[in-house]
Amino acid sequence: MATNASAGHFLGIDGMARADLEEILELTTTFAEIGRRPIPKVPALRGRTVATVFFENSTRTRMSFETAARRLSADTIALSAGGSSLSKGESLRDTIEVVTSYGADALVVRHPMAGTAHRVAAWTDAAVINAGDGCHEHPTQALLDCYTLRERRGALDGMRIAIVGDIRHSRVARSDVLAFTALGAEVVLVAPATLLPPAVVGWPVTVAHELDLVLSDLDAVYLLRIQHERITEGLIPSIREYANDFSLTPERANRLPTDALILHPGPTNLGVEISAAAAADSRSVILDQVVNGVSVRMAILFLLLGSNRNLTGGAVEGDR
Amino acid sequence: MSLLIRGGRILDANGERALDVEIGDDGRIAAVGTGLNGDLDLDASDCVISPGFVDLHTHLREPGQEEAETIETGARSGSLGGYTALVAMPNTEPTTDCVAVVEQVRALGRRSTCEIVPSAALTVGRSGTKMAPLGELVDVGVGIFTDDGTGLQDPRLMRRVMEYSTGLTRRLGRPVVLAQHCEVSALSAGGYMHEGEWSSRLGIPGQPAEAEELMVMRDIALVRLTGAHVHFQHLSTASSVAMVRRAKAAGLPVTAEATTHHFTLTDAACATYDPVFKVHPPLRTGSDVDAVRAGLADGTIDAVATDHAPHAAHVKERPFDEAPPGMLGLETAFALTLGESGLDLPEVLAVLSWRPAAIAGIEGRHGASVVPGAPANLCVVDPDLTWTVSGAAMASRSSNTPYEGRTLRGRVRHTISAGEPVVIDGEARR
Repeated sequence: MATNASAGHFLGIDGMARADLEEILELTTTFAEIGRRPIPKVPALRGRTVATVFFENSTRTRMSFETAARRLSADTIALSAGGSSLSKGESLRDTIEVVTSYGADALVVRHPMAGTAHRVAAWTDAAVINAGDGCHEHPTQALLDCYTLRERRGALDGMRIAIVGDIRHSRVARSDVLAFTALGAEVVLVAPATLLPPAVVGWPVTVAHELDLVLSDLDAVYLLRIQHERITEGLIPSIREYANDFSLTPERANRLPTDALILHPGPTNLGVEISAAAAADSRSVILDQVVNGVSVRMAILFLLLGSNRNLTGGAVEGDR
Repeated sequence: MSLLIRGGRILDANGERALDVEIGDDGRIAAVGTGLNGDLDLDASDCVISPGFVDLHTHLREPGQEEAETIETGARSGSLGGYTALVAMPNTEPTTDCVAVVEQVRALGRRSTCEIVPSAALTVGRSGTKMAPLGELVDVGVGIFTDDGTGLQDPRLMRRVMEYSTGLTRRLGRPVVLAQHCEVSALSAGGYMHEGEWSSRLGIPGQPAEAEELMVMRDIALVRLTGAHVHFQHLSTASSVAMVRRAKAAGLPVTAEATTHHFTLTDAACATYDPVFKVHPPLRTGSDVDAVRAGLADGTIDAVATDHAPHAAHVKERPFDEAPPGMLGLETAFALTLGESGLDLPEVLAVLSWRPAAIAGIEGRHGASVVPGAPANLCVVDPDLTWTVSGAAMASRSSNTPYEGRTLRGRVRHTISAGEPVVIDGEARR
């Protein structure tokens, strides 16, 4: 088996060019077709091992990656640990070296702290895929979101997309802003001022604090999960007030253009950021997102392990 | 054994002159002039002979975290950096908050290659809740108190400590210095880098500049109320520098230091997610860096300190949020101050040597002018020698330098500590 000494990584959307994103999305179409076959499995990665290394609970993302790996005939192993390696006195590097030594060709890393996948990539010969790092990036989510929008609209060029909710703590929002705008869409961030990042200067977005003012002019609305901790942190007064101002209620859904799409990364808090009726609306593509997530992750695994490509994304270099 | 430092230029608070320095076996300067003799010759051609450097802010980690540093290794690192005195921070385990730990640090220091000047905590266990026995500590010669690592949060207790310290001036023989790490923890909690454009992009929770500035503002007000001497540690923001400048103009008894990293690095360095760039207070923006340099230039900031904070490699091999803050500083301070502070050589030596010596109250032994009879605490620096930074090559037990691989100009060639040549030609002798 190849040692993968030259393996590339997939760490973030930051730094990826439009052409790189489009190439992955084109390839995803092929894997989506495989997913529709009676026996949705190909031998592309037979004998390869994909390790999911999750320091944070995430049933959905883990299942999506595992399904993708198995459809490509790869073996999967899993590590689930608490958010903090400190609690066991083990350094993150130790943990990663142990997992790598089980023969993993790819590490799918989820961690509650930003930059962890970048650190891991420096310590292992395996290909590292960022499955979400703190409040930083969740690049495969952004790809599946783009794929879902393209599936319905052909292209993102000229689309006006609102991302609504806790942008400050959202890795989905950071990756989506980069991917949507790279593909030609216009993005408006809609949130209470406390749930925006401290400085969005230089981001290719506009900002609004009132959902009602932007609703009628959207091609897609992307609702983010709101966590109850935001109240104890003093960021918003109550879930009720948040829902009054930012929830996609049936009334607000009615004011969306008739062809506007409704997205959510899941799992939804029904009645909080989105009403049950809006989630079940004919314009909702929330379940398409789940299905497409498997296809996108197959494409990424294939590109990294089946073709030894370096996807280069996420290579943020600071001025030292 | 006598020593002769031959062929260099002396540069001290009295100015510059090309003279040799003879050091007697009593650890004092025997003669300054020409045609002198010594048992051991130290070549100083093309070099500058300066009073030894004084670091107001060193974490020596002993007792308690000897895996990261010991007093012996930290002092050796200091000697290689031209330091002859290090003010040891009290965040040891146990905390240096009583006479027993002070005496332990001193005893270990006496066997090392620098003079180790223990500072002690403001509050018992650095807990911020109960005043440390300042009087007992003053009576054994402790003159600097700090809860460094955290600021003293409770304004009422800070006021009481300040008032109390003013009653100890006669017992110490000079005003007690209360050194504050300015950070309102309620505002900084949960933040791991400077809050701004970079933290927003990187998704690392930030702490705003105002967390530092509010405590600088509070302590200046309390100095006005109490008359105590407050020394501001590691100033890092433009507004902090501006407030200290105004306080000094108003005649208040405040002093300040800046670290080398706060005038050489910005928050952009965190984009690598490498916790070697994680430090408290955090690396700030380019305009903060400019303000710190301006503060050094106009004397608002009295001294360059290192905040030398060694950490074992494995504790930095964690996610950025989780890794402990701190970076090495002793062996790079001279070159960085010479190359990046904007100060000329005489001012570089002033902020590294005689100004911090006066704040530490050790100006009789360190930073003193190079004249016969003065204690021989000296360093000989080559301002033009270039070298490449390597954490592994440093004498510190840790290697967490943020300047790894950088080529710097200016290096310490010899260091003489109490008459002993502890560094010769860039090599530690013991």
